[in-house]
Amino acid sequence: MNKRDFIAIGVVILLSVIGFLTFTLNQKSGDNVKITVDKQDYGTYPLSKNDEFSIKTDSGYNTVVIENGRVYIKDADCRDKYCVNQGKIKSGSIVCLPHKLVVEVVSDNDSIDAVVK
Amino acid sequence: MAKKISKIAVFTALALILSYIEAVLPFSIGIPGVKLGLSNIVTVTALYYFGVKETVGITLIRVVIIGILFGNIPSLIYSLSGAFLSLITMIICKKLKLSVIGVSAIGGVFHNIGQLIAAAFMLYSEALIYYYPVLFISGLVTGFLIGLASTPVIKNLHKIKSGS
Repeated sequence: MNKRDFIAIGVVILLSVIGFLTFTLNQKSGDNVKITVDKQDYGTYPLSKNDEFSIKTDSGYNTVVIENGRVYIKDADCRDKYCVNQGKIKSGSIVCLPHKLVVEVVSDNDSIDAVVK
Repeated sequence: MAKKISKIAVFTALALILSYIEAVLPFSIGIPGVKLGLSNIVTVTALYYFGVKETVGITLIRVVIIGILFGNIPSLIYSLSGAFLSLITMIICKKLKLSVIGVSAIGGVFHNIGQLIAAAFMLYSEALIYYYPVLFISGLVTGFLIGLASTPVIKNLHKIKSGS
């Protein structure tokens, strides 16, 4: 390895650390769960109310569970089960690529429900 | 010419086998999207042993065949996007006189970026962007390991090149 390698690798590590710090510090712990399926809004649900529902798409299903202020995907019929393995979250997002499903925790002002309230 | 074509065929077959091994026995460490990318040993080695044109060919054939055998259209798009962004960056890094390990490590990072871009485009979601630091570091580590494995291969292949 030469000097140029260390510079290139250093830049990548620096960018990752900056990104990691920025996202961690800016992470909003929200009160609502916003679900998007294939670029379409599916619905927004409060994190405070325990709930369980199955989302069926053309490619399969995902069972989303809201429990004690956290959301997780209990079951899915995709091959890799990454969404299930991402665990219980109270901020950030869970993504299921094969089913084009995005589960995001959003704060009140981001959601449509807040406007209705 | 015939000798070269058969050599390219051997490289392609090797890349396919390594992809197959990884599809059957995934070395998953529990982080979504993180895998070793064994077949990149062939990509990196081909880049040094043959050159750009041949490597593009080998990569294209490998990605398309593996996509048809084990994947579907979305997974083929992720693979193509990752493989070619990675390859383009590796060609640039090689021109910039980085070592094999450096070329491979940066290639690993851009492989993950390519897949992330494809995924973000298909989901139309910015939620994935938060995941980039993890993919940067994992690409760096796997690329580094692949580079480490490729270095002796490239060195020894050049020795037999003249004699064959």
